[in-house]
Amino acid sequence: MTKLGYYPGCSLEGTASDYGISVRRMARALGWELQEIEDWNCCGATAAHQTNHLLALSLPARDLALAEEQGITELLVPCAACFSRLVHANKAMQQDPETAREINDIIEMNYRGTVSVLNLIEALQKYAMPDIAGKVQRNLSGLKVACYYGCLLLRPPKYTEFDDAEQPSSMEDIVRALGAEPLDWPFKTECCGAGLSMSNTGAVVDLTHKILENARHHGARVIAVACPMCHSNLDMRQLDVSRRYGKYNIPILFLSQLVGLALGVSEKELGLKKHFVKATSIIR
Amino acid sequence: MARIGVFVCHCGENIARTVDCARVAETAAKFPGVAHAVDYTYMCSDPGQNLIKEAIREKRLTGVVVAACSPRMHEPTFRRAAAEAGLNPFLCEMANIREHVSWVHEDREVATAKAIDHVRIMVEKVRHNEPLYPIRVPITKKALVIGGGIAGIQAALDIANGGQEVILVEKEPSIGGHMAQLSETFPTLDCSQCILTPRMVEVASHPNITLYTYSEIEEVEGFIGNFEVKIRKKARSVDLNKCTGCGLCMEKCPMKKIPSEFECGLGARTAIYRPFPQAVPAKPVIDREHCLMFTRGKCGTCAKVCPTGAINYEDQDEIVTEKVGAIVVATGYRVMDADLYGEYGYGKYPDVITGMQFERLLSASGPTTGEVRRPSDGKIPKKVVFVQCVGSRDNARGVPYCSKICCMYTAKHAMLYKHKVHDGQAYVFYMDIRAGGKNYDEFVRRAIEEDDAMYYRGRVSKIYEENGKLIVKGVDTLSGLTIQVNADMVVLATAVLSQEDAEPLAQKLSISYDEYDFLTEAHPKLRPVETNTAGIFLAGACQAPKDIPDTVAQAGGAASKVLGLFSSDELEREPVIARVNEETCVACWRCYNACPYGAIEKKEIKDRQGRAVRWVAHVNESVCAGCGLCNAICPSNSVELDGFDDEQLYAEIGALSNE
Ligand SMILES: Cc1cc2nc3c(=O)[nH]c(=O)nc-3n(C[C@H](O)[C@H](O)[C@H](O)COP(=O)(O)OP(=O)(O)OC[C@H]3O[C@@H](n4cnc5c(N)ncnc54)[C@H](O)[C@@H]3O)c2cc1C
Ligand code: SF4
Ligand code: SF4
Repeated sequence: MTKLGYYPGCSLEGTASDYGISVRRMARALGWELQEIEDWNCCGATAAHQTNHLLALSLPARDLALAEEQGITELLVPCAACFSRLVHANKAMQQDPETAREINDIIEMNYRGTVSVLNLIEALQKYAMPDIAGKVQRNLSGLKVACYYGCLLLRPPKYTEFDDAEQPSSMEDIVRALGAEPLDWPFKTECCGAGLSMSNTGAVVDLTHKILENARHHGARVIAVACPMCHSNLDMRQLDVSRRYGKYNIPILFLSQLVGLALGVSEKELGLKKHFVKATSIIR
Repeated sequence: MARIGVFVCHCGENIARTVDCARVAETAAKFPGVAHAVDYTYMCSDPGQNLIKEAIREKRLTGVVVAACSPRMHEPTFRRAAAEAGLNPFLCEMANIREHVSWVHEDREVATAKAIDHVRIMVEKVRHNEPLYPIRVPITKKALVIGGGIAGIQAALDIANGGQEVILVEKEPSIGGHMAQLSETFPTLDCSQCILTPRMVEVASHPNITLYTYSEIEEVEGFIGNFEVKIRKKARSVDLNKCTGCGLCMEKCPMKKIPSEFECGLGARTAIYRPFPQAVPAKPVIDREHCLMFTRGKCGTCAKVCPTGAINYEDQDEIVTEKVGAIVVATGYRVMDADLYGEYGYGKYPDVITGMQFERLLSASGPTTGEVRRPSDGKIPKKVVFVQCVGSRDNARGVPYCSKICCMYTAKHAMLYKHKVHDGQAYVFYMDIRAGGKNYDEFVRRAIEEDDAMYYRGRVSKIYEENGKLIVKGVDTLSGLTIQVNADMVVLATAVLSQEDAEPLAQKLSISYDEYDFLTEAHPKLRPVETNTAGIFLAGACQAPKDIPDTVAQAGGAASKVLGLFSSDELEREPVIARVNEETCVACWRCYNACPYGAIEKKEIKDRQGRAVRWVAHVNESVCAGCGLCNAICPSNSVELDGFDDEQLYAEIGALSNE
């Protein structure tokens, strides 16, 4: 049995609850035991590191310190923004004893740097591949999937240390193992506009449109993502895109939902009904 | 009685700013044995040196201490001055109060006290110094040049034409280096092959040059004037004496699809091949990694067709030993792998190529016989984007330095492209244009003004393929606009890197290299072709990214240094060498095993009747480098280093403790 620490972060408990639900359900189907960090706090996301450097490190550092105290050595962080913050703080403290001392002083804890932070793709690579192919219950053959990484999952590479930041292929490997057909398309790391969704919706609609258009051009039936922000921009804003640029109808699935589906979990249990763009019915 | 003179230098403000030089001199005047002490602004200047010379004569000095900069800088200067005034030069020593004192301290009191201590130490040493006399060693008047690019070719020819013998070692099957791959060269656009090939031929036929191609340096021993070099001649599998270069074997070899290194993968070659038609020597070599005889143990076609029986599958590597007096390192550079930049899609899109590949497309002898045709479908590209600084000046993923040549060759590419495709349009994305050099900026202006290249000052963020076009997204920071070009082909100006084996080679030669493995010159301004190891010189891009004019100039410089060295029959060596006390030596051979230069010999001691009675260690004067390892390791304390004997060192330490 694979045992992993788990940090859901605020999104997976709120706006992206379907991501949270599907990650837990997928984990169950894979036989993973998720140990949620007790008393975790917000990672600070984009707001903190634009305010104060130490704050941006201290918030996630407290989560890492708690995880360490609670005996966690590997921590699954499905949200790309949380992942980015947690690896940042982790590397900063592991690589520089001075920073570690400073942050530990602030959080009044003693984090020794023993936790390793995994995003969803890394966890699947490590604990589901390659034998996941043998566990597939539902036939996804012919399902053309555009794997979309966005910006945060892979950057900056010196912190994430995972896949090629410009030509990634790890999500494709997983999708292929599930029996679906990953597409070769160039916009998999384009920016979706992320946090501008509320403050500058026009820009997000424009950026999102480019991604959707490129995916459609390459024949995508669905887009797979591993980030709540990417999901909300591509899914929730798809209607606005359609209004401005003409009809789009591309379901946006969290990678955990796609894995869950392949493993035979029901659409409802995976939160597929919560999407703006109808995501049920992609399987026959 | 010792009569020592102390000369304290201000080095302008360099020392005087933090050290009270007058006080140092006043204090030193009172040290035992000091007969004279003064301070002066610039000791190394003519008047400064005269101060020393006059004092030696007038005060009948028996020793001199110059408190100034590092002995690495001016020890020879002051020793020469001492000698000119009739003092044995080894009775003159330096106390380094600049690098070791004024440059590293701020507090004037503390710095002055430390400077006084340094002088005290050196005065004690000089009191115990003995005159030493230079050792004379013969010079082997034969030079080794490593690397047969334009740098090595030029250096070899210059030395050979100066009447001295040269051994040129090239690791590839042919000499020529990167210049052989180039089409036309900036800033004059003369054909690279046309100006290079005659020199390659001259190298091969020059009576003073011995050429070893497909060979590498195995081991280097010895020192200036007297190096011994082991060269590995790799098994060529073709007997150069029998082969006539007829080419039948290459015609018939069934392995025809091996990507050609010379064509940067844009063309193919056979398993028995010569890199390019004008290769020197124009005789093939068998690439054993691909040859069927070696991979599957059968074929033998080339041996069957060869009219002279030159093919020898049993050929083996051979080690030859050569004695040389000087070495010129001219091993050149390599270009960075463009696939480091995933966003540019090199390796994914066949029409995204490197600058060197574009050279091959432009070259009349290249895979398209000089027509610009793109690799994917052979069509003539009508819009070509050139991206400069790919990997250069990029702290995050590439190298922080400027590769120096890419601004120029990109302008050349844009120009030559326009000359060949009149209705084509070249776009260049650049960070800055660095075109310093005679007629260089004018050259870039010509590309822009006469050949209509569109220059955008900004980076390219992404390249991807859509509907048969390469979509290039970038920014023009001058207009603040994002730029999209739907291009047919993209050329990346990738960074210039040091050779992959630069570090091990430098270690074999005991020369230094920088953090990027470029070989280091002895002084960036005043000794640009020498290395820190006497007798070893640098030429070309192995030292730093360089274009052909600079490379050739440096090669000429290195050659003239070699010729200068060879102009006398003997070399004066510093007499700082080890000496064995034969009375106490117990022949344990620790020094014999420890000496990195192999300078310790085993010597037999005979009695009066000529019978061998025992063995002792003996130092070969011309080999000993004076490193002192034997001195430190000898358990019976039988080795002393001239100029640094125990008595002298204890005196130095004593000077500090008796204060
Ligand atoms: C795309 C491109 C275009 C260019 N265009 C121009 C131009 O138009 N004008 C211009 O002035 N310059 C141009 N240059 C620069 C030019 O190529 C260099 O200035 C020149 O080749 C440097 O010569 P070199 O002999 O120092 O090095 P190289 O040409 O690299 O030659 C080094 C030689 O040493 C050999 N070697 C390496 N290691 C060993 C070893 N360990 N033992 C034995 N042999 C070894 C190599 O095989 C090679 O033959 C261009 C460069 C590039 C990349
Ligand atoms: S066939 Fe023989 S002689 Fe002719 S090039 Fe080949 S090896 Fe040389
Ligand atoms: S033996 Fe090797 S080199 Fe000769 S023809 Fe066959 S494959 Fe070519």
